[in-house]
Amino acid sequence: MKALVFFLCIAVFSAPVMAFEYSGNIAAEYQLFPQKAQFENQLDNNLTFSFKPKVTKTWNKGNDQLSIELFFRADDKDAERNHADIREFKWLHVNGSHEWRVGVDTVFWGVTESQHLVDVINQIDRVEGIDGEEKLGQQMINFTSIQDWGTLHVFVMPGFRESTYPSQQGRLRLPLVVDSSQTVYESADEENNIDYALRFEHYIGDTEFGLSWFDGTNRDAGFIPGLDANGEPVLIPYYSQMTQFGLDLQSIAGDWLWKLEMIHRDSTEESFNAMTAGFEYTCFGILDSPVDMGVLLEYSLDDRNMNSGIFDNDVFVGFRFAFNDVQSTDILAGFIMDTDLKSQSLRVEASRRLGDSWKFTGELQFFDQIADSDPLKAFESDDYLLLELAKYF
Amino acid sequence: MLNKARLNKIGLNKFMVKKLLLIGLMTLPLISHAQTAEEQGLQVAKDGEAYDAGFVDFTANMLMTLKNKKGDTSSRQIRIRTLEVVGDGDKSLSIFDQPADVKGTAMLTYSHGLKPDDQWLYLPAIKRVKRISSRNKSGPFMGSEFAFEDLGSQEIEKYSYKLLREEACGEFQCFVLERIPAYKYSGYKRQHVWLDKEAYRMIKADFYDRKNELLKTLTSTDYQQFLGHYWRPRKMEMVNHQNGKSTTLLWTDYAFKTGLTNRDFKSQTLKRAR
Repeated sequence: MKALVFFLCIAVFSAPVMAFEYSGNIAAEYQLFPQKAQFENQLDNNLTFSFKPKVTKTWNKGNDQLSIELFFRADDKDAERNHADIREFKWLHVNGSHEWRVGVDTVFWGVTESQHLVDVINQIDRVEGIDGEEKLGQQMINFTSIQDWGTLHVFVMPGFRESTYPSQQGRLRLPLVVDSSQTVYESADEENNIDYALRFEHYIGDTEFGLSWFDGTNRDAGFIPGLDANGEPVLIPYYSQMTQFGLDLQSIAGDWLWKLEMIHRDSTEESFNAMTAGFEYTCFGILDSPVDMGVLLEYSLDDRNMNSGIFDNDVFVGFRFAFNDVQSTDILAGFIMDTDLKSQSLRVEASRRLGDSWKFTGELQFFDQIADSDPLKAFESDDYLLLELAKYF
Repeated sequence: MLNKARLNKIGLNKFMVKKLLLIGLMTLPLISHAQTAEEQGLQVAKDGEAYDAGFVDFTANMLMTLKNKKGDTSSRQIRIRTLEVVGDGDKSLSIFDQPADVKGTAMLTYSHGLKPDDQWLYLPAIKRVKRISSRNKSGPFMGSEFAFEDLGSQEIEKYSYKLLREEACGEFQCFVLERIPAYKYSGYKRQHVWLDKEAYRMIKADFYDRKNELLKTLTSTDYQQFLGHYWRPRKMEMVNHQNGKSTTLLWTDYAFKTGLTNRDFKSQTLKRAR
């Protein structure tokens, strides 16, 4: 890793003098949990600050590019959320239809909205939200070949990123605190196991699809009950080795977007299939206004038959409103129900630009009728309101 | 190409037709019968397309200023790259630099005539490339008074045409064409466009909404010639007569035949577009 950073630094400073491009944002976030906490010492509200700078430098007619994106959150109350990460620190080299990416990068795979099954390259930054869309940078060498018959990506990932988990003070956590200082790996190389992945993607007419294979450390942890240094009960993360095959597909038919994600995952402990399938239908310009309304419906199935998983037999219904106004006002409301357990959750996200460079985001999350056997039970009293004001530059 | 275009154009001028007939050019079948206004309109559109053909590619920067009734303004900065595709609609890439919260967003469009366009969007916040529906023709582009269909590539088959008249338009002599969208989901019943007779520059366009009421007027000015042939406006102003808002586009740094290839217009390379 150190050698890689050194190499990248050399690449930056030896590059011809050209302007760096800067972008990013700095934000203040206030989270309010109106219900009494389920577990001891959990916070009721929290004011935190984040900073996400990005620097890009391009040379050699765009065929070489260095990009660095960092993320910082200052959190006084939840020590685990008080963290920093390198989301990106990579050198991109383009040689005709071949591309090389070396360093730390963040990759997104998939098409569905309610969960991201096939998206396995990056670890999730769980303290940043429960939707799985904030991810930790992954160190990698990524080779891409773009051909008329499709695009092939090869990933070699030396090293693994552990997930982040809230501290004892944090909300939206498991009943016991996760103690990452005692993490256990199946691989003898522990976090230095080298992971591999392949992805082929292509589109034919209005249909886009991707086939992926991953072999390496499971990004989803299992938990072993244990004790911390003070003899307090904790959960110890256990990362197994896994192989995953994935398929994602999206087809456009006029106002309809049909979506499918399927995976088959094999690990020492379990072997299972899971899928999410559904559609997004958009009514453009409702009631003769510029407002677009999208209706999303997705169904998720997981054949582990544990009857207690998240997204094991769940229906997601969402509404998206794009106001198409000067301030780019957007609202997304999503409702998820477990059809077996009847557990429900509702989330509303809204955002609006203020002036030219500020953005206001609001988020409301409710959990309702959570069954005792549902892992979401730990979040039952964690309904929250989140307000964020960000300055972009 | 140009000569043929000019010859065809002669058919529009009755006086010229007579003169040509008199000098015995009976061998030209195109002008051997009187054209209808529709045929003449289509001919003008075809000539206009022929005139602009062969630009290969161009890049430019666009500063978009939105103005509401009170005079408040808001701006967007977008870099545009366009690749000419022979036999189909053009490919174009738009990279957003402003407002800051959408910086790095990129949109790729493969336009087609009547078939829906192929469109992809790159969202830098979650590093996701999304194939999106291009059905939203009439929606506002970035909250402006320009609809997506106003900024898209203008293929011949997208409209049916009619030559209404010829008249002076500012310093130019213009054809006045009526265009009726032939593609689905247009926000317009019809458009009236003023094309100058020399180089088919669009000087002005009136847009009529689905209720056939005048909705917007686009005025293009400060035309500049590139490669000794291709004309592009440096300023375009769209005024909405119904809501009192307007949007101005200021184009700078036009460059033609920059060496762009198909490879620069792939959804797979969208996330590294700069």
